Amino acid sequence: MKGDPDTAGGLIVVDDLTVNYAGGAPVLIDVDLTIEPGDLVGVVGPSGSGKSTLLKAMLGTVDAVSGSVRRSPGLSVGLVPQVETIDWNFPVTVAECVGMARARGLRMPWITRAERAEITQVLERLGLAGLANRHIRELSGGQQQRVFLARALFTSAAVIFLDEPTSGLDVRTRHDVLHLLGELNADGLTIVLTTHDLNGIAAHLPTVVCLNRSVIGAGRPDEVLVPDVLERTYGSPMEVLEHGGMRVVVDSPIGSTVTPLRRLGGGGVSA
Amino acid sequence: MSWAELLKPFEFEFFRNGIYVATIAGALCGVVGCYVVLRNMSYIGHGLSHSIFGGYAVAGLVGVNLFLGAGLWGVVTALAVGGIVRRRPIGSDAAIGVVTTASFALGLALVQLYGSPGRNADALLFGNVLGVTNSDVLLIVAVAVATAIVVFFFYRPLLFTTFDSQVAAATGIRTAWVDALLMIVLSATVLATMSVMGVTLIAAALVVPAVVARMLTDSFGKMLALSGVIGAVSGFVGMNASYHLDVASGPTIVLTSACFFIVAYVAGGSLRRLTGNVGHAH
Repeated sequence: MKGDPDTAGGLIVVDDLTVNYAGGAPVLIDVDLTIEPGDLVGVVGPSGSGKSTLLKAMLGTVDAVSGSVRRSPGLSVGLVPQVETIDWNFPVTVAECVGMARARGLRMPWITRAERAEITQVLERLGLAGLANRHIRELSGGQQQRVFLARALFTSAAVIFLDEPTSGLDVRTRHDVLHLLGELNADGLTIVLTTHDLNGIAAHLPTVVCLNRSVIGAGRPDEVLVPDVLERTYGSPMEVLEHGGMRVVVDSPIGSTVTPLRRLGGGGVSA
Repeated sequence: MSWAELLKPFEFEFFRNGIYVATIAGALCGVVGCYVVLRNMSYIGHGLSHSIFGGYAVAGLVGVNLFLGAGLWGVVTALAVGGIVRRRPIGSDAAIGVVTTASFALGLALVQLYGSPGRNADALLFGNVLGVTNSDVLLIVAVAVATAIVVFFFYRPLLFTTFDSQVAAATGIRTAWVDALLMIVLSATVLATMSVMGVTLIAAALVVPAVVARMLTDSFGKMLALSGVIGAVSGFVGMNASYHLDVASGPTIVLTSACFFIVAYVAGGSLRRLTGNVGHAH
């Protein structure tokens, strides 16, 4: 991932992009971003900062007011939507949900034997073995998230976008999902996700983009997750602590000072 | 009632035609209705049938083929509703309400002024076994075959677009085309079904079998098949009931499918209490 849009060879190059909806105020302003093969990028920012719009722009489902989004010719992409947008009463089993992903071109309506074997393989890879015939509503939050990840993988996508994949998950499940994404990325998959979970991406993702209509900062967590960038991104002061070599971001109420927790214990947190 | 009395109406060609059309129409509405129900568009079937009534009257007045004119009118109406919803900040229910009721009102006004073209207005509004002609049979068979081809070859794009339109579009499916294709199939279904169901009850034929099937299964493929079967059985039984009770065919077919709904609702409630695992209707 590079902030310089002129970089050659990027899978997706966002160049000076401005987007608005129905002539309203710009949701994205002059955004530059390059996604390269093998990237694992987390986009963070407050609600309304344009995170989902940036994903849609990279997916080609919203039009630019100015600037451009260039995708490698023939690039196949997958999208894992926010779980809040899913109709959980829709009658689909896990296998049907994953199988619908291969919808382009003339295909048999039913899942073929070869496809079923592939689906089984993908589900096993994501820890969903034996759940193919279950309704999607009957799964836990983490399993539901992984079903939609399986659907994206089943498209043989080179890049997968995830919109708030850790939303509504407990700490353990959130860790599992981010760890799984790290494994898939290590296997060569390019991943871009949006999240509000600053500490999750600080711990799991190599690259962070701080967005608030424009890109405020982009790079490694230790470069980007600093008080100045976070304050400009979120519009309020935030403190960054360090724990075991990892960054921990905490809210900083106005006027407060951060207690140097390192003094409270040997392996504790440091400001 | 003896078997001989039950089978007697099958001696008449008009009744056999009615049975063919009602059974095929029931299956057709059952299948198409799954997409209508799952897209939360139940009102479109109601609106579209009313709109087509307007097209029927206009086609009769200007002297073009009634089926062709009404069918085109229906397709244009359905696409107009879709276009308005995409371009203006109003909901689909409101757009359907404006466009289709205006069309229905136009049809009623024209029928009152110039009389009903082809068949009487009551038969068009409520369905009539006596009104089923050989051309109705051919039309419903043609529409059913065309619909089967569309559902077979576009099963996955239709499912993906119905379930998750935004993601389907993001992964390269032309969702606007898929939506338009479904609207064309729906318009053709309403047009071909009008003779037995009547304008006012087509919506029920689209919605009730699909809702019953949804209560019985959590799989989309099974729901599609079940809904088709429930619709076909409702058409067959309802048409027989129409003859023996001397009631218009539309109401008897809808009442038959409503019986399926009651049985599924009661049985589903019992099953839910026993297992805690039953499908949910929208």
